[in-house]
Amino acid sequence: MTQELIIEPGRADSNYWRDLWRYRELFQVLAWRDVSVRYKQTVIGAAWALIRPFLTMIIFTVIFGKLAKLPSDGKTPYALMVFAGMLPWSFFSTALSDASNSLIGNANLVSKVYFPRLIVPVAAVMVAFVDFLISFALMIVLMVWYRFLPDIRIVLLPVFVIIAFMSSLGLGIWITALNVKYRDFRYVIPFLMQLGVYVSPVGFSSSIVPEKWRLLYSLNPLVGVIDGFRWCLLGGQTPLYLPGLALSLGVILFFLWLGIRQFRRMEKSFADLI
Amino acid sequence: MSDIVISVDNLSKKYLIGHQSAERGRYTALRDVLAFQARSFWRKAASTMRGEQLLQGDTIEEFWALKDVSFEVKQGEVVGIIGRNGAGKSTLLKVLSRITEPTTGKVRLRGRVTSLLEVGTGFHLELTGRENIFLNGAILGLTRAEIKQRFDEIVAFAEIEAFLDTPVKRYSSGMYVRLAFAVAAHLDPDILIVDEVLAVGDAEFQKKCLGKMDETARAGRTVLFVSHDLRRIGALCSRGILLNAGRIEFDAPMSSVIESYLVKQFTVSGAVDFRDRKDRTGSGDSQFQSIKLCKGGTSCGTFSIGDCFEQHIRVKVKRRIGPLVISSSIVTSDGISVYQLLSTDDGFSWSPEVGDFDIRIVTDKLLLYPGTYSIDLWMGDRNSMRVDYLPQAISFTVMQETNSVVDRELDRSSGVILQDAKWSCSGASDLEDVPAVTVSKRLV
Repeated sequence: MTQELIIEPGRADSNYWRDLWRYRELFQVLAWRDVSVRYKQTVIGAAWALIRPFLTMIIFTVIFGKLAKLPSDGKTPYALMVFAGMLPWSFFSTALSDASNSLIGNANLVSKVYFPRLIVPVAAVMVAFVDFLISFALMIVLMVWYRFLPDIRIVLLPVFVIIAFMSSLGLGIWITALNVKYRDFRYVIPFLMQLGVYVSPVGFSSSIVPEKWRLLYSLNPLVGVIDGFRWCLLGGQTPLYLPGLALSLGVILFFLWLGIRQFRRMEKSFADLI
Repeated sequence: MSDIVISVDNLSKKYLIGHQSAERGRYTALRDVLAFQARSFWRKAASTMRGEQLLQGDTIEEFWALKDVSFEVKQGEVVGIIGRNGAGKSTLLKVLSRITEPTTGKVRLRGRVTSLLEVGTGFHLELTGRENIFLNGAILGLTRAEIKQRFDEIVAFAEIEAFLDTPVKRYSSGMYVRLAFAVAAHLDPDILIVDEVLAVGDAEFQKKCLGKMDETARAGRTVLFVSHDLRRIGALCSRGILLNAGRIEFDAPMSSVIESYLVKQFTVSGAVDFRDRKDRTGSGDSQFQSIKLCKGGTSCGTFSIGDCFEQHIRVKVKRRIGPLVISSSIVTSDGISVYQLLSTDDGFSWSPEVGDFDIRIVTDKLLLYPGTYSIDLWMGDRNSMRVDYLPQAISFTVMQETNSVVDRELDRSSGVILQDAKWSCSGASDLEDVPAVTVSKRLV
């Protein structure tokens, strides 16, 4: 029996998730395409994924650690602490800006071929994840340089990687969907990323935030993620602030839900709007 | 019943279009401009709140690209869809290929659908030919295993073996198109939806593509095919659907659909008034007002090869600027300029006073291949500065009738212009001059 396909306005596709699974190869191919194209015709290639976070780390260490003399997490070298925060942050910011432009960048695909549109922003987040893995290698080099041995907590790192992934994905697909209709987001995102690096505890430890503001501060989903990364990698010099983590996680899940909902609601009109 | 693979039921698709009304030009004072901007901002904000589409302009119009379209297609049928630009052909294909959602109505499709609205969708210029085959295949719905299995066939079909590992951006445009079509030709779906993709590549490759399409059709696949090329669509399809302004006007065997389409064209064009056209450029000291195409004094939009071809152009001269030069260029439907008639070339000098004038250009014999052509009108002053320019002022069709000047079927792949020539034969030796055989077309 051949499958029957019914096209109707407003039809809630019961096969949506199955379709998404069926198109997983397209997802792989798109992600692979973006990865292999990313550093084509550049001289130093993938080294860009190392140089950018590395230079940012040096600058933050000098400004926040040396000039402003902010305290580090316990006895951790300041540079290491900054880099442990930079890892999830640069993943998040790259993923978010790439994802939010992904549908518009693939406008020719969207207007000519059918496939579950969700593939496109997810593939963009995947590409950012490859950059993340490259910078993670640099983190290991830095730890060897500082002779810093992480303890058993590092086994929990994958959990926080997944949380970081979810936070980029949720916000990413929400903005992707809106960006197709309202191109204003194209200007909002770079600005938001510029602010975010100072609002989130990237260049400093979140322990310097006064206790009574900690919970409010954790509304920023990145606070939970960055704290988690530091806790895992740097051997828990500062204990994990659990209510904050829970709140961050809640915000992340909310955005994931909102993103998917918004995306699915707008998905069918993308080809008309793009 | 069970052999119906596509069933379309009362399908409609609405678009909203924003217009910049002519009134806008009147807002010249800062206060008016601010008031206008505020109103348009308010409207945008309101539609954002309601989650509606953002529209530019100040008047909004509903536009039904498709209206109550119903038809059924049986397994193995090859259906051609024709219609003028904007008749809704592409929208129909987009709805059928799930790219856009219909506003009302229902479609049932049975089997694996592949739609080809463009060749080379998603090709990435930085990637090599080999990589692009996998990329494009995946985009068109093939699995990796399926692509691997067909890889050699695709490469052979595209004739690009030597350049497999070269980035596509270094390809010639012909190679690019061949590769793109090769992937598309090996999809092997149950239902194939094709939009105008055959008008690519050189003649030989086109033939190959057509062969492949024919093969697909004969293998019991169902094909929906949109094209402007009536000859090609007539050869491929058994059944035709004529769309006009979003509705099905005619659904019958292909040959009778083409016929009625041509008759339709006949009445549609022939004379165009462009006083309302906004896309003209030039100083505007004089302007083209209208054009009428005539055959033997009567207005007409379809010509036969060898017909007398008259252009009646009305020009309004608003300011006296000395001698004016007028040009009328014939352009093919795929954008190739065939020839330009320039008033000064034919020794027509003209320095009009202010007023309305009728210019008449007569070509005794229209020697164009069958097809659709358009006319670009241009007017300049003595220094060739542009006074008025109207691209695609009017279009007309050239048909080949059965009792035409030439017996063979004239195909655009072999030319555009029918040139007159005399052929003769004489013996090889100088002594024996045999001027007996001197022939020519019946053109002159």
